[in-house]
Amino acid sequence: MPTVNPQIDHLLRRAGFGVSAADVDIYRDMSHARAVDYLVDYEGRPDDADERIGRPDHARVATKNLFAPDIDIEDARQRWIFRMIHGRRPLQEKMALFWHNHFATAYSKLASDSGDRQATKMLAHKAGVLRGPQGQIELFRQYALGNFRDLLIQVAQDPAMLIWLDGKSNTKAKPQENFGREIIELFTIGVDNYVESDVYAAARVFTGWNLRGSDDYRKDEYGDLNAYQEFVYYADQHDTGDKTFSFPISNGSRTIASRSESAGMQDGLELITALAVHPETGRRLARKFWNFFISEIDAPDPAFVESVTAVYLQNRTEIRPVIRHILNSPWFTNPAMQFARYSSPAEFVVRSIREVGWQNFSIDKARSPMAAMGQQLFEPPNVAGWPPGAAWFSTGTMLARTNFAAMLAADQKAFLAATVAPLAQSPQALLDLMLVRLTPAPFDSGPRQALMLYLAAAGAWTGTGEQLNTRAAGLARLLVGSAEYQLV
Amino acid sequence: MDLSRRLFIRRGVATVSFGIAAPSFLTAIAEAQGVRTRNLVVVYLGGGNDALNTLVSYRDAAYYNRRPSIAVPAGQVLQVGTDAAGQALGLHPRLGGLLNIFNEGRLALVQRTGYANSSRSHFEASDVWGTANPQSSTGPGWLGRYLDVLPRPLDALAAWNTTAETPRALISATTGVPAIPNASSYSFASPNRGAAATQERAAAQTMASNPASGRPHLAFINSTARGAIETLDRVALATSYTPTVSYPDSGFADALQTVAGAIVRGIGSRVFWLQAGGYDTHAGQGGGGGGDYGDLMTTLGDGLWAFYSDIRNNGLSTDTTVLVFSEFGRRISENGSAGTDHGAAGLMMVLGGSVRGGLHGTAASLAPGHPTLENNSGDVHYETDFRAVYARLLEQWLGVSSVPILGGDFRAGAPAIF
Repeated sequence: MPTVNPQIDHLLRRAGFGVSAADVDIYRDMSHARAVDYLVDYEGRPDDADERIGRPDHARVATKNLFAPDIDIEDARQRWIFRMIHGRRPLQEKMALFWHNHFATAYSKLASDSGDRQATKMLAHKAGVLRGPQGQIELFRQYALGNFRDLLIQVAQDPAMLIWLDGKSNTKAKPQENFGREIIELFTIGVDNYVESDVYAAARVFTGWNLRGSDDYRKDEYGDLNAYQEFVYYADQHDTGDKTFSFPISNGSRTIASRSESAGMQDGLELITALAVHPETGRRLARKFWNFFISEIDAPDPAFVESVTAVYLQNRTEIRPVIRHILNSPWFTNPAMQFARYSSPAEFVVRSIREVGWQNFSIDKARSPMAAMGQQLFEPPNVAGWPPGAAWFSTGTMLARTNFAAMLAADQKAFLAATVAPLAQSPQALLDLMLVRLTPAPFDSGPRQALMLYLAAAGAWTGTGEQLNTRAAGLARLLVGSAEYQLV
Repeated sequence: MDLSRRLFIRRGVATVSFGIAAPSFLTAIAEAQGVRTRNLVVVYLGGGNDALNTLVSYRDAAYYNRRPSIAVPAGQVLQVGTDAAGQALGLHPRLGGLLNIFNEGRLALVQRTGYANSSRSHFEASDVWGTANPQSSTGPGWLGRYLDVLPRPLDALAAWNTTAETPRALISATTGVPAIPNASSYSFASPNRGAAATQERAAAQTMASNPASGRPHLAFINSTARGAIETLDRVALATSYTPTVSYPDSGFADALQTVAGAIVRGIGSRVFWLQAGGYDTHAGQGGGGGGDYGDLMTTLGDGLWAFYSDIRNNGLSTDTTVLVFSEFGRRISENGSAGTDHGAAGLMMVLGGSVRGGLHGTAASLAPGHPTLENNSGDVHYETDFRAVYARLLEQWLGVSSVPILGGDFRAGAPAIF
């Protein structure tokens, strides 16, 4: 039965992707605080999900040729969903999804710049498979609960980001403001906390932060897969003048003093550090964490924001203590916060696969439904990321969700029937069983009666054969497609 | 975008759920808004259409000098006459269908449309055309703002987006425009067949009717689900339509056929959004009127001709207007890989039984140094602000005031397309 208890179920929906049958054994006897530690200190768990792709007791991947997730974006998407379903470090994967939305970078722009395969490599390459730096999503895994200042530095030097926000065309003769603007407006302190001249100064700070292709690199679909682009600092492109901001940089000074070309890269590190330790960055992250972990229905509680910001600053921008603090906080454990978020398509799809079943299920079948639900991984709509919450829901996206539920239920029909057969002696027993298995938000009496009517329409209950096949699958379709199930 | 999203999230739950929470009105609304109502079909040519090869200045020597391998030969163009500046013009040879509509006086070709400091970025430029605001490419789109001013409750199918993702133009502060890329899969899927499937749909409908009092977020999702279920049958009506002509074999034509079905069946949508892709022709565009660009023109021209003929055969021609646009035109000189890079002003086309056809505006003179050019004579400079065309469509076709929707008065420079 994939339900542990309401509190742990809640924790696993928020800090992971829902409860699978295997989780029950792991979490059954844990206190909430112990379960939080188990999720947060994930280094104790093996990072072996990728090695298990292709194993028979796992969801399958489908591919045209050889499975090539480092260079083929469709395969990269499948590998990521596989990790969300089967990874033993759900919080690490959940945070990778958070950072992917925070530093939202879209494949299509990279592909038109560098070609499909290099674009995939920049986003999803696992270090060591091919030559060249790891892909952006691997960076987000590496720093999932790492230091935010360090993550900002890595992102500022990330080849995908240098293309996505045009850092590579930012030179002292022609400063390009795209990255300078977004690192302030979206990645750190946010609107209302800076002035326009800060953006121009930030663009000048990052002049010279650029990309260099390996000797064999060229934009070519059939070029050498080992070719790559990597960060380089071009000293002669750096604007050496001093740069003044409206917020403090260090020791109370608002100015980054003039430096020589060769030392000029320090400008960027200095600005990033100033932005990372700015209290507004803590508050901005706290508000996003509120929406991601606590509630999209209630506005962030100011006391929560201040409490999280304090932990963030006391721990010198380390994220791990922040998340541990949030998951143990009274805001998180407040039962009123259960089912107070709208699941994103990734959360919905992965949770439903984990809860319904994945026997011989091909993950490829989730890709185009997810796009129809409004979330294609590695393709956020713009640098602000996917809009959270209610914006996920329109008639078309809701139909895409319910039709995914139908497809999954049809796919898992025999498996579902076999799983529930021993205990499905009555329609009521079947419904109770499925509610425990799928953990939707509580149903009012109206929808509950509709579900019972649906089972009663089967006629005299045998609980076997075609009747059970039909009704178990139909019930899974109705539950996963219900409004109650869209909440997490 | 941030602002509209926040508004949507803050206000949207209440507004949207109220907007579509009244199922009993829906049929009446559909009848009131849909049947024999003016339709606007917007076709976006994604990637930046090479307008100079769509409508060719075939007597401009500079055109041939600057495009040695990709120019359309003068002998092949489909002549459409001479514009006010004395430029002899011809359509691409694969646009025979559009020539027919032009000759009927129902195709308006609005030359050199754009805006000052034209963005060369797909991302930004398509957002600018969507918001109709070159200063800010974020926030709701111009068609979304049109939907926002329509009377409430708004029919859930007031607009129909045939692409998977909602374009900027259709982002609205109050309405989620349904994305229905494939009407035949916009249906209620079931793991079962027969009676069990029917019972499942009934159960889903009852469940979605739960008012969920005290749980507004649940009520919001329920209202969305109900909106979907209740529009299914109307969308299915569109797919049950048998066209009067044979549509060509392309995804674009399939989408047009579905739109024709929706219009003929009167399902209630008044704005449709379609996209034809592949226009980002940086390389291997093709010469002699053929090649990759020729194929794009075939898809476009044959598809639109089938649609126009089908709608006309159903007696609905005067109710239907099609707008064709792209996010920018392309560079005048071909590049080193027999393609063209991102440019500035482009070509808007408006067609339909109520349209006043003909050549509107003037073509650029492509010889370097001419004042109709910009960017060191690399690109075509705009003559007509694209928002003037939007203004004319809003005012004289959709019957609403354009000034609040466009955030300014662009009516003065509008070409007389109606």
